[in-house]
Amino acid sequence: MSRLQVVSGKGGTGKTTVAAALALALATEGKRTLLVEVEGRQGIAQLFETEALPYEERKIAVAPGGGEVFALAIDPELALLDYLQMFYKLGGAGRALKKLGAIDFATTIAPGLRDVLLTGKACEAVRRKDKTGRFVYDYVVMDAPPTGRITRFLNVNDEVAGLAKMGPIHNQAQAVMRVLKSRETAVHLVALLEEMPVQETVDGASELRAAKLPVGRIIVNMVRPTILDEADLALTREAPRTAIAKSLSAAGLGGARRGGVAERLVEPLLTQADEYAERYALEREQRAVLQELGLPLHELPLLAEGLDLAGLYELATELRRQGIS
Amino acid sequence: MSLDPVRVLDVDPLLDDPKTRIVVCCGAGGVGKTTTAAALGLRAAERGRKVVVLTIDPARRLAQSMGIDALDNTPRRVKGVDDSADGELHAMMLDMKRTFDEIVEAHADPERAAAILGNPFYQSLSAGFAGTQEYMAMEKLGQLRARDEWDLIVVDTPPSRSALDFLDAPKRLGSFLDGRLIRLLTAPAKLGGRAGMKFLNVGMSMMTGTLGKLLGGQLLKDVQTFVAAMDTTFGGFRTRADATYKLLQAPGTAFLVVAAPERDALREAAYFVERLAAEHMPLAGLVLNRVHDSGAAQLSAERALAAAENLTEARIVDQEAGKAGLRNSPDTDDSSESPASAVPEAPAPDAGSPAADRIDAEGAGTARTVEQLTAGLLRLHAERMRLLFREQRTRDRFTSLHPEVAVAEVAALPGDVHDLAGLRDIGDRLAAGS
Repeated sequence: MSRLQVVSGKGGTGKTTVAAALALALATEGKRTLLVEVEGRQGIAQLFETEALPYEERKIAVAPGGGEVFALAIDPELALLDYLQMFYKLGGAGRALKKLGAIDFATTIAPGLRDVLLTGKACEAVRRKDKTGRFVYDYVVMDAPPTGRITRFLNVNDEVAGLAKMGPIHNQAQAVMRVLKSRETAVHLVALLEEMPVQETVDGASELRAAKLPVGRIIVNMVRPTILDEADLALTREAPRTAIAKSLSAAGLGGARRGGVAERLVEPLLTQADEYAERYALEREQRAVLQELGLPLHELPLLAEGLDLAGLYELATELRRQGIS
Repeated sequence: MSLDPVRVLDVDPLLDDPKTRIVVCCGAGGVGKTTTAAALGLRAAERGRKVVVLTIDPARRLAQSMGIDALDNTPRRVKGVDDSADGELHAMMLDMKRTFDEIVEAHADPERAAAILGNPFYQSLSAGFAGTQEYMAMEKLGQLRARDEWDLIVVDTPPSRSALDFLDAPKRLGSFLDGRLIRLLTAPAKLGGRAGMKFLNVGMSMMTGTLGKLLGGQLLKDVQTFVAAMDTTFGGFRTRADATYKLLQAPGTAFLVVAAPERDALREAAYFVERLAAEHMPLAGLVLNRVHDSGAAQLSAERALAAAENLTEARIVDQEAGKAGLRNSPDTDDSSESPASAVPEAPAPDAGSPAADRIDAEGAGTARTVEQLTAGLLRLHAERMRLLFREQRTRDRFTSLHPEVAVAEVAALPGDVHDLAGLRDIGDRLAAGS
């Protein structure tokens, strides 16, 4: 099981939710996980219903069996200052640089440099050990940039190679790449059973593979329950309207005669069944496309009452049930 | 039971008004922004306007159907548009790198342009600066407006991390390239000679030293040559960013915030509404996509479920009375979650009934009675009603916070849109939702 779990997905697929549920699932039974955010959106804080996360590892949840989830929102500017402090002992001078806009410069102008700092921080957490030589975190889960940018984001070596041909940033990029391309890392892609997210997932997987980055699992999120199956749908095309009206009437929904309360329900209910059938067929098509990728495929249910903290634990349990941890 | 907004947004008058020159569609990712922009463009064109739609990242099949899948960064006329009202639809897909290159080529002599385009720093900036796509979308909008060939420009905004990036990026890139640091990097000698700048100069050398150490000296040199070349060529990014800002605030511009009736999307929409107000940018209203409706809204979720229950129980009673001849399967309707009902179901309380067993063996367990189907239809309806209720609650929360915002609702489609007919349908739904 890889210790760095990167979660990406098209915008709107719920990758932050899946990353958080995965961190919870992996923390079960006394494990400790770190959930890392790199895009400064404070999505984790919203999800766990806590105040905005500082640039600091902080416990945000406990998992069943005594596990713990820590969270960290990586700020590229602070990560750079951190880095300067670590390697150059630049306390006050770092602040002076910030004043001049130099930090802003280094972290925003060249995305490759910024990404090295972000992935570097995550890799550092993966490798960190305590005094007894035990890993501080059993797993690090990263809520990563969306599928469209994930390969560039992780492939920092290529990004930086053209800019920094030597020096500490270059070395840092090399070290980060060694972790990211190893078995220590798995990149999961979150999809929905809709055309665009599936297309992006397929493209993303092939880009990652081309860059020799380890693709992990496909997690289909917000899967709607099957209410009518093939046999039901076949019958909607054949069943006499009058029989359905009678049945509705028998269920206590009014008169079945023409114009009766039950009879007037038949058409709208069948229209809804048609819409359901169309969506059902589309979802099946999209699922088949994802299956062709030949990657482990998991499905998480759409939570009927919307997502809250309880729902997050529910998703974590579901991930465990499906053997993801 | 359609949702009844506090204020309704009527899109047709907005599209028809000759004074409307730019419509900007913005909102969170995954809410149907691109489709909305394309549908609005098509509708305006078929109502007689000469329109260009600037899309950022359309679905492949939609792009193909509009004939803009070839990335050449110039608008193409879309075929198959009804031109009986003398309108035209043109469309293009943004190529951010190409747009950036074109700016360079337009503003520098060939030799200098080649130097900039070949600079590794420029290549990194043009392909991946966190705001380049946003900036270039605005740049392209400015170019299209300047050409003045169209009555109406409909623009889609990039799928940003947050909707706000799109307003911030031009300023960020502008202020960065015009920033103090860049000045220091490019003109240390000039600054050094001025009184009062001593401190900065000290800071400068310390800083270039540190940056050099950090990035490697070559990179710093690349940056310096790049910035020097850009600086003399561009006449200030901030000026351009300011011009874009003014264009967005101009009277002919209308912003449409696009959202779906989901908590996160509407939260993002609310941020955007507040931000536009703060920036004095004209908000026309909110387009709420994928709103569900039901033709049987008089039947509540609770009653539908109770009725489905009745059907299930009635059947058990029937079977106990020996009248199971019409039934095909002994299972209860509670198994409807499993599509794999070819597998014999877990024994229901009445599974011992011989009649039921006999018929099940024949039908391989997949046949359905009308009662079972009806119970399924009722459960499907219950789900729909719950969804409706949830959407309404989410929307109400938004409208109570922002009662001033006009809303147009677009009824949900079961499938994806990938042709003009689909876009036309969305346009009709948009207009009908007002």
